[in-house]
Amino acid sequence: MGHTLLQKVWDLHTVRTLPTGQTQLFIGLHLVHEVTSPQAFDALRARGWKVARPDRTFATVDHIIPTRERTRPFVDVLAEDMIAALERNCRDFGVRLAGLDDDRQGIVHVIGPELGLTQPGLTLACGDSHTSTHGAFGAVAFGVGTSQVRDVLASQCLALEPMKVRRIRVTGMLPSGVYAKDVILTIINRLGVGGGVGYAYEYAGDTIERMSMDERMTICNMSIEGGARVGYVNPDQTTFDYIKGRPFAPAGDAFDRARAWWTSMASDRDARYDDDVVIRAEELTPVVTWGVNPGQSVPVVGRVPSGQEPAVAEARAYMGFNGGEAIAGMRVDVAFVGSCTNSRLSDLREAARIVSGRRVAPHVKALVVPGSASVKRAAGCSMCLGMNPDKLEGSQVCASSSNRNFKGRQGSPTGRTLLMSPAMVAAAAIAGEVTDVRTMITQASGTRSLKPEA
Amino acid sequence: MRITHIEGTALPMRGDDIDTDRIMPARYLRAVTFDGLERHLFEDERTGSAAGDKASAQHAFDNPRYAGASMLIVNRNFGCGSSREHAPQGLYRAGFRGVIGESFSEIFFGNSLIIGLPCVTAAHDDIRRLMERVEKQPDARIRIDLQAGTCEVEGFTCAIALPAHARDALVTGAWDTTGLLLDRYAEVDRVAARLPYVAGF
Repeated sequence: MGHTLLQKVWDLHTVRTLPTGQTQLFIGLHLVHEVTSPQAFDALRARGWKVARPDRTFATVDHIIPTRERTRPFVDVLAEDMIAALERNCRDFGVRLAGLDDDRQGIVHVIGPELGLTQPGLTLACGDSHTSTHGAFGAVAFGVGTSQVRDVLASQCLALEPMKVRRIRVTGMLPSGVYAKDVILTIINRLGVGGGVGYAYEYAGDTIERMSMDERMTICNMSIEGGARVGYVNPDQTTFDYIKGRPFAPAGDAFDRARAWWTSMASDRDARYDDDVVIRAEELTPVVTWGVNPGQSVPVVGRVPSGQEPAVAEARAYMGFNGGEAIAGMRVDVAFVGSCTNSRLSDLREAARIVSGRRVAPHVKALVVPGSASVKRAAGCSMCLGMNPDKLEGSQVCASSSNRNFKGRQGSPTGRTLLMSPAMVAAAAIAGEVTDVRTMITQASGTRSLKPEA
Repeated sequence: MRITHIEGTALPMRGDDIDTDRIMPARYLRAVTFDGLERHLFEDERTGSAAGDKASAQHAFDNPRYAGASMLIVNRNFGCGSSREHAPQGLYRAGFRGVIGESFSEIFFGNSLIIGLPCVTAAHDDIRRLMERVEKQPDARIRIDLQAGTCEVEGFTCAIALPAHARDALVTGAWDTTGLLLDRYAEVDRVAARLPYVAGF
């Protein structure tokens, strides 16, 4: 009987079984950012500990980076304090930092892959729940809290419980206008926001295999929205081609040796899974969330559910929607393309393709925030979580390419978020309301092209 | 510190899938310490907030009948979403010493355990009964025995569950893991040395 990638990586990184029965797991790469690390560094100081493996630790700034005015010191003193603390901590503890003026700076889950730090077969930790993104490379990546950041800084290890593996096979061709974002929103809708608790999700099948690394990252990113702390895709030629030539990637003969090892870490054909799920790509449509968790979504041609279950009724009340109302045609005030889910170059290109030759509706505030400095200057998390000045106001409705539609998530306690693909966000920005992007795209000789503007 | 049982009055916080953005809004993560987080629990849905002021019912955290509670009773998938430890830190600093619910998100569970805040589960019907009991009689004292796996409230007893590793960590006082992980560091070096990406391809 073969093994899954998760089992292979887990076994190889196991230090020992702790007296509590947990596994002490070595962490191959620790990514650090300004929001969840200051208390952890302070704990090290208080106990006189060093960072165990500065060579396996890399820091950047992202969560609170202002999108517009980036001159130091920031006008916002709290943001300035946090950035200054990270700079001081990295200096004191010898941790590499891609700071504000570094051309490598960006959202931690965008730059890890861009720099070639994220590689197949390694274990990775970061004080952010969307760390699952790095699983797109066949890494086993854990989102952790600040005390666990402290554990990793001090010992390069985590105390963890073994996980089960659910394979999610996506098969067939995705229709035009349907993207990786629609695939993961559909998975979360079908399996539930708590359905993945205790599991790692292995995304497989020919649809996933044909996807670019950017698309795989979008899928793995939102594993946590389905309750799965870890999500991954087995490494293949697409993965290797992406990594090759990146600053921290092995080069020359070392790359060939690395590729052989990476290949050996992929799940075996006869691996046993704790659960198996199949999703038919041909059946998928663009998806939009209507509620206050990422599982509350409908196809763009669908309607807001009219059920009376407390969770459904509560979400509907918060959103101000009526049961049975069509989701298409819902007016939007803000359109946001960004976040660690969808702020990569391919996402921006896809949105740009929709916008090209058209104008944003006059009442819509459109915001595009690239994921990293190499994508564009002014990179950061921005309106995904409202920690910088980019926030919704009052009960504005935002068409957003981010990952969470929780109450208040985008910075206004009564703000409303509709999650969708970057292309759907672009379509909503143009129309000023939720719109089926497929009506803006025509299929021409196998490639996607835009309908001329009416 | 060994944690073998939790005792005190409770606060029922109804609802499935309560995420950490609700428990601790992101703007309070803009600080280099956890100090004062207890003042901002569920802030955007309590009295004084736009959503709280138009809500039909008083928020459980605003209800003076539950003042001084040291236990939180919740429903399904509590603490989902963001990995911010600020959520359990806020609860702990507000005086909560245990959470009992139908289920928890994995990251929230781990973040709570590592600061000595046990999250234990009980069956759906038992949680319903506990909530009803506490809503009727907020001064009822609940006692959770982690070793025996029981929850008792004045004549009503139900079973609680906790993964063996978490129970052992709490009752032996090994929930603050850093010391444990540093204990035999030579073994960490040995594992690192056998990894091709650390040793060099």
